[in-house]
Amino acid sequence: MGRYFYSEVHIKSPWYQVLAAFWQRYPNPYSTHVLTEDVLYREVTPTNLLLSRRLLTKTNRLPGWAEHIFPAHMARDVYVLEDSIVDPEANTLVTKTWNLNHNTLMTVVERCMFEQDGSQPTWTKLKQEAWISSSVYGLTRPIQVIFPISMATRKIHPGNTSPAHQKPRPLQPRSPISSPEPITASKQKLLF
Amino acid sequence: MNSVGEACTELKREYDQCFNRWFAEHFLKGDRSGDPCTETFRKYQRCVQKAIKEKDIPIDGVEFMGPNKDKPES
Repeated sequence: MGRYFYSEVHIKSPWYQVLAAFWQRYPNPYSTHVLTEDVLYREVTPTNLLLSRRLLTKTNRLPGWAEHIFPAHMARDVYVLEDSIVDPEANTLVTKTWNLNHNTLMTVVERCMFEQDGSQPTWTKLKQEAWISSSVYGLTRPIQVIFPISMATRKIHPGNTSPAHQKPRPLQPRSPISSPEPITASKQKLLF
Repeated sequence: MNSVGEACTELKREYDQCFNRWFAEHFLKGDRSGDPCTETFRKYQRCVQKAIKEKDIPIDGVEFMGPNKDKPES
C-alpha cells in the first residue's frame, strides 16, 4: 500500500542560482534534522552531464504514537541517498532521493525536476513527486496524515496516478555503482 | 555541514569550496575544461569511504538513480 504525491512550485530565482544553491543548501534553519552531508560520487559524462551522489544522515523523527510502536527504530539515524543529473545545456536538474534503512517501517522515494521556467525565464520550475509505501498493516492512513502536513506549503495533488517518469539513464559510471536492489527505508522529511 | 566521518569534515569543506567555485564559474557557463577538484576529492573520499564502512552504511551496489518507483499500491 502506498501513496503518491505531486506538487509544482515556481521559484522566483534563475535556474543557475537555484543550482548553485542546491549544492550549498545545508545547513539551513529548516534542516536541523539533517546531521551530515557527503558527496560520494561525481562524474562529468562525455555528453557534459554532471552526475552526483550524496549521502545524508537525518534524525529519525517519528510522531509520538509511532515511538511507542517502533522503539527500536528510534535508536538509528536515517540514511538517505540523493542521486542527481545536471544538464547545463537543457538547464535541468533531476534528483532522486530515497532512504536506505528503516525500510521495514516505510519507504519514501522522491523525484524532483528543476528546470528553467519557460513562461518566466528568470524563474525556476520545480516538479516534485513522492512515492510513499509501507508494508506495515494499518500505516497507510497515518502516512496520509503525516506527509501532507510536511508538504502543506506547496500545491499538492495527491492521487493514485503514477507518472511516466524518466527511466534511469543507461550510464557507465566509473565508480562501482551497480546492480539494482529493492530499496526499503524509513520515514524521511520530504522538504529539505 | 558535517561529514558522516567526523575526521573528514575539513577535507569535505576543502572539496566543497573547490567544487562550488568550479560549478558556478565554469561548468554552468559551458566551460568544458574539466574538473580541477579531483585531487581534493580523492583525499576526501579516502576518508569518508572508511567512515562509511566503519558505520556499516549500506551504500554498496545501489543503482544510480534507483529505485524505480512505479504505481503505488492503494
